[in-house]
Amino acid sequence: MKIETTSGNRGLLQAEPLIFDTGHATATGVDLPEPKNTTNQFGGLARKAALDLPGLSEPETMRHFVRLSQKNYAIDLGLFPLGSCTMKHNPRLNERVARFEGFADIHPLQPMSTIQGALELMDELAHWLMELTGMPAVALSPKAGAHGEFCGMLAIKAALAARGEGEKRKRVLVPSSAHGTNPATAVAAGFIVDEVPGTEDGRVDLEAFKAKLGPDVAAVMVTNPNTCGLFERDVKKIADLIHEAGGYFYCDGANYNAIVGRVRPGDLGVDAMHINLHKTFSTPHGGGGPGAGPTVLSAALAPFAPVPHIVKRGGAREFREHTAGTQAFGRMCAFHGQMGMFTRALTYMLSHGSDGLRQVAEDAVLNANYLLARLKPHFNAPFGGPKNEHLPCMHEALLDDSSIKPKGVETIDMAKALLDEGYHPFTTYFPLVVHGAMLIEPTETEPKRELDRFADVMIALAERVNAGDVEFFKQAPILAPMRRLDDTRAARQPKLRWKRGENGADATKHAAE
Amino acid sequence: MTTRYTKDHEWVRMEGDIATIGISAYAAEQLGDVVYAELPAVGASFKQGDDMAVVESAKTASDVYAPISGEIVEANAEIAGENWQIINDAPQAGGWFVKVKPSNHGELDALMDEAAYADYVKGL
Repeated sequence: MKIETTSGNRGLLQAEPLIFDTGHATATGVDLPEPKNTTNQFGGLARKAALDLPGLSEPETMRHFVRLSQKNYAIDLGLFPLGSCTMKHNPRLNERVARFEGFADIHPLQPMSTIQGALELMDELAHWLMELTGMPAVALSPKAGAHGEFCGMLAIKAALAARGEGEKRKRVLVPSSAHGTNPATAVAAGFIVDEVPGTEDGRVDLEAFKAKLGPDVAAVMVTNPNTCGLFERDVKKIADLIHEAGGYFYCDGANYNAIVGRVRPGDLGVDAMHINLHKTFSTPHGGGGPGAGPTVLSAALAPFAPVPHIVKRGGAREFREHTAGTQAFGRMCAFHGQMGMFTRALTYMLSHGSDGLRQVAEDAVLNANYLLARLKPHFNAPFGGPKNEHLPCMHEALLDDSSIKPKGVETIDMAKALLDEGYHPFTTYFPLVVHGAMLIEPTETEPKRELDRFADVMIALAERVNAGDVEFFKQAPILAPMRRLDDTRAARQPKLRWKRGENGADATKHAAE
Repeated sequence: MTTRYTKDHEWVRMEGDIATIGISAYAAEQLGDVVYAELPAVGASFKQGDDMAVVESAKTASDVYAPISGEIVEANAEIAGENWQIINDAPQAGGWFVKVKPSNHGELDALMDEAAYADYVKGL
């Protein structure tokens, strides 16, 4: 049913054009007097024409952004199948602690005697991260997961250089199921990437890995649990083999949330691993806040950890730029990392305790397996099919579109139909090793009734495919603020900048459709 | 003039002593609308199996591997000129990627012929 309203609004869903189309160059929300007694100091660089920014009053501006915000799907609104990759539930206690003025209103260059509480918090967080992972050192400063990967690979590079093998060991082995950031990081750090194929059950092919080992191998980068949502059974063997070959083991800790409190990566032979605080320790992410990717290091890499180090002297703590006996490779950022994330992550750890963190991993895995079990009869599970019927997954349930595609509906259509059902879609077409992947991570905080509600929707959609109602999927989304966008044209002819008179009218028209 | 295929869905066709290389119709179909491709520079040399080019669609990104060893003698100007659609419209004709001067003709014979590739694709 097509809904037509005169306003273009649909009940509480307000149609909203671009701010450039509603604003006027002459209007303004602030009214400042003309500055007096100034001289033009721009030389020949003064702007020749007006900037053409949209001017709106304060209430108009408020409405614009509130209307846009109401088009958002949010973790606080419903189950979010993208899972912790984007953001899991942010406990409100974290937010309260992060706003304590001793943490929130300090400056990185403030005298250290005045920020002892903040330093203690960072030290305590470092202690917990090392304790949980079974690793002897951690660099807190990396500002995101990929930045943490970069930190780990730079530590590996420094360790190889210190051994006099920096020029010799250039090859980094990366499994085909890896996050795209892994090969990108290796290349950015000056290595050459060599891809290791996977097995039919979604793991690293151990024999192929062995065949690629040699005196020019610097490291292997393995995600565990991997991007297929599976535990790498041979992870210990991979660690032993890379060490025997003289290389290092980088573990992508993006999925650490599935094993926190249960497995210590240090016991698996990991040399470096970043921890996405938003994934495992519930800090906000995406549009909601900055990232943090502390990187834990093994004894072999610890001397190369970046500065600053936090050290205790007498009763006080301090940042130290030079520590005797270490060979820091440098620093990851201007100051000390994302304080706001440190406070939230430590609050999460302390409020859960070790038993609570273990339960986080257990519930995340249980929830994903519950969804996998309910959805498997209706969709193809590439690694849980007839051959591996009883194979559990970790924190993510992986399906693909091979059973529905012959009937005319593929992953993208399922994703669009979910928009009409009021859900943000799952991860589509990733991992790349599975064609038409649909990757669902419910996270640990979803109660059974929410999981059932989502599963019921997915199953009803599968039944609709089986009933031959392909048109329903091809038309979707019908109820979203925008209908299906032309991804191909957007990628082939991107319009990255608004220009007066070019695309404004179009946008308004579509919003009203 | 036979066309040979790899398991990674590249095709190779010899004309005289120059091999033309592209991605198969099956690969183009699986990728969907191509939105970007990156071709190697003329003069670059590759060993069989090396990453040679990149092709990206709205759904996914994929490496294109050198099906045979050799030196690039020409890159498709249509693709270099951002006519991505030609890869979808004519993957095994106008949508070719590069022309290569092979350094090891024996490699070509080990690749799949039309019938073997068709069987291989059926099994996927």
